[in-house]
Formats: sequence, structure tokens, C-alpha cells
Amino acid sequence: MTATEKEKLTIVMFSGDLDRALAGFIIATTAASMGMEVTIFFTFWGLNIIKKNEGSIKSPGLKQKMFNLLNRGGSRRLTISKFNMLGLGTRMMKGLMKELHVPSLDEFITMSHEMGVKLVACTTTCGIMGVPDDSFRSEVKSLAGAAYFLGEARESKATLFI
Amino acid sequence: MKADQTLDCVGLYCPMPIVKTAEKIKKLKEGEVLEVIADDKGITKDMPAWCAATGHEYLGSEQAGKEIRVYIKKTH
Repeated sequence: MTATEKEKLTIVMFSGDLDRALAGFIIATTAASMGMEVTIFFTFWGLNIIKKNEGSIKSPGLKQKMFNLLNRGGSRRLTISKFNMLGLGTRMMKGLMKELHVPSLDEFITMSHEMGVKLVACTTTCGIMGVPDDSFRSEVKSLAGAAYFLGEARESKATLFI
Repeated sequence: MKADQTLDCVGLYCPMPIVKTAEKIKKLKEGEVLEVIADDKGITKDMPAWCAATGHEYLGSEQAGKEIRVYIKKTH
């Protein structure tokens, strides 16, 4: 296996749940460690994972502004998909992860970026959900559509939809 | 088993032992042996898979109480 013919993994991150995001980034960082070229394509609620934690999202229209107020996102604001219990469950889960030295979602995002994982935001859902380009954290380098995803996916050994 | 370098991953869960191994192996010379100490049971299945994917040689594992020691030979 040479550097030019690296195996690829492509992940669609549709969900914005903390637990699902963690699962995605665990697989992504492991794949990168195994020498695979990894792309994560964020769409719909998944965009919340890569939104900046700080500042506000400057949406264009009134509907989008309201939407982003209710759906602010950011890695530190995400909640788990079960037993969230108004945030109590999420806090417990985060506490447990810290005790067990499991990296936080934030750390996973930075780590994956340093390992060369490509983080891509879907332009269509950015449009629908009123998420402008400057809403994303610095690790997000590109924006693209479904054709880009399929271009990557058809060359991939594994494709996941999370 | 004799190793040239050791990586302590005790207390770390998947994927950290693998992520750290991938980083550490870069610092070894070809033919050298890396010992990884972990207590996440998954390591005995994960490390052979990592070796198969990266082409490094999996030399085996030793269990001592809760600790598992796995050995990898850097091949390239």
C-alpha cells in the first residue's frame, strides 16, 4: 500500500446528538490512525457539531434567525440522544468521560483535524438552515454538495451514515 | 518479550491506545519493537487489526493481571 492509494472512509454526520457525534469521531480518528483517508460530511443537524461555540450565528432571514436561536449548536452545547433529562444526563455522561480519560467531543474534533480528517459542511443544508460560511470552527476547511460526497463515497472502502 | 520502546496506555479507552500507537510508531526505527501496555480489553483485537491495516507486524500479547502488553514490530 503506497501513500497515493490510501484506503478511504467517508462518513455522513446527519445527527447532532452528542453520543452519535462521539461515535463518528471515534471511528474517524481510529481510521486515520490506520492510515485511511477520512472525510466527514456534515449535513442537517450534524452541522451543529461543527458550529463555533463562541459568538452568534449571523443568519440571513428572520425565519433562519429564529431557527438558529432555537438550534444554536456548537460542540459544547450538544446533548445525548437518550436520558438527557434536561441536560442532567448529558452532564453526567461528560463527567464520566472525563473521569475515564476519554477525550471530549471538542478534543476529538481538534485531534481528527490534526490527523488529517477532512471536515466538510453541506452547502444545501447550510442554505436551508440559514448557516453562513463563517459559522463554523476553523477546522472546517470546505463546503460542498452531494456530488462531492458521492465522489468520495464511491472511492471509499467504507461509508457510514450517522 | 524484549521491546525497544514502551507506550503506557493504562486507563485509556478505545480509540486512544490506537491513536497513540500510530503516533509513537513514527518515532521508532525499522525493525524495532514497540510494547504497548493497556487495560482496555479491546486492545487484543484492535491491535492486530491496526497492524493488518498499516502493515506493521503484530508479535503477540501477554496478560499480567489487568494489564495487557502487546508487541508490534515496525516494518516500514
